[in-house]
Amino acid sequence: MIALILRDLRLAFRAGGGFGLALAFFLIVVVLVPFGVGPETGRLSGIAPGILWLGALLACLLSLDRVFQLDWEDGSLELLATSALPLETLAFAKAIAHWLTTGLPLVVAAPLLGVMLNLPGPAYPWLAASLAVGTPGLSAIGTFGAALTVGIKRGGLLLSLLVLPLYVPSLIFGAMTATRAAEALDPLPPLALLAGLSLAAAAAMPFAAAGALRVNLR
Amino acid sequence: MSSLWEYANPRKFMATSGALLPWVSGLAVLCLVGGLFWGFFLTPDDFRQGSTVKIIYLHVPAAIMAINVWLMMLVASLIWLIRRHHVSALAAKAAAPVGAVFTAIALFTGAVWGQPMWGTWWEWDPRLTSFLILFLFYLGYIAMWEAVENPDAAADLTTVLCLVGSVFAVISRYALLFWNQGLHQGASLSMDAEQNVADVFWYPLVTCIAGFFLLFLALVLYRTRTEIRARRLRALLAQERTA
Repeated sequence: MIALILRDLRLAFRAGGGFGLALAFFLIVVVLVPFGVGPETGRLSGIAPGILWLGALLACLLSLDRVFQLDWEDGSLELLATSALPLETLAFAKAIAHWLTTGLPLVVAAPLLGVMLNLPGPAYPWLAASLAVGTPGLSAIGTFGAALTVGIKRGGLLLSLLVLPLYVPSLIFGAMTATRAAEALDPLPPLALLAGLSLAAAAAMPFAAAGALRVNLR
Repeated sequence: MSSLWEYANPRKFMATSGALLPWVSGLAVLCLVGGLFWGFFLTPDDFRQGSTVKIIYLHVPAAIMAINVWLMMLVASLIWLIRRHHVSALAAKAAAPVGAVFTAIALFTGAVWGQPMWGTWWEWDPRLTSFLILFLFYLGYIAMWEAVENPDAAADLTTVLCLVGSVFAVISRYALLFWNQGLHQGASLSMDAEQNVADVFWYPLVTCIAGFFLLFLALVLYRTRTEIRARRLRALLAQERTA
């Protein structure tokens, strides 16, 4: 399993496009927002937590179709499925690799982009914490979506349609953590709910993803 | 002793549903026309809401059905998953667009009522928003059916999607309650209340709910029959090609 994660990480680093792309997309979304809503710092700081979370979510979504697609096309997915590794573990490893290449960079970059959006001071640690806790859940849910659509040609659009409604609870709790911190309210309850959601997704989603993969590999 | 599983046989299903269909459709038309006419023209206006209250005869039944259609799809999907009855998978497929339309009706009539009453077409209220998300789930489910070519694989994948979607629909509902306190009034109907609404409004409303349910039943039977026929046709064409 660890070998599989390392392989995916190496592929993401060396093949190019996969690793930096999500981060660059996140940057562009955040940079575009002030053009859309105007440069007043008061307004920007009010919507900054939501924008940062939305940007992270979209960046996460963008890289999802790569989770299984490349392995599917060159046949290595079938090879992995016939190996001793259970498909559930495979899906879990894929989710971890996706998080390490997409979620973790976003967590690191979000506070920097928060400066650009004039995020209020007390919100920084909570924003980073909510992203660190929430993005693994996004990766786990997204891996399920990727497993559903792996056999479909041009499945990217369908993938977004399927996965985005599943992201609603994470987005609500994640953005609320940062917003409440910015408004000097207690940010812990939504963060705890977000953590519970991510843990549940990480525990249950590999099974759903493996079920979908089994159907697609039949 | 005949069992429910006999209807898993497409031939038996076709015979029974064919015999039932005219009755169910006739009753649906009767209940809908009767209930809506009764509700729209023969009930008094509400003393605060005026005549806008009458949209309840479309809004409430559509909203009730919107949720219950998804439940029916969930049950049908589970039957497909566990017992591999094709009719069940096709019934779930047939129900999805009907459910999506009911959800759209509930959202649209709610907006039409909300404009004069709340002063806004749309409000980010938990109830409204969860219906919007339910609508998105329906769209995703329908799109999944369309996207996969192999019918058995499509049935399996949509089943997994339906199971996961149901869990997330419930989570979203509670997350939305956490997110925003609502503007929408409490439930108009509940089982444990002595009297939900005044009797003058209650009887036509129940007639309309029965009408919507029968309409759903008729549409699902009709659409499932179409799906079965389409599948038979495809099998015949495949036979001809190989012969």
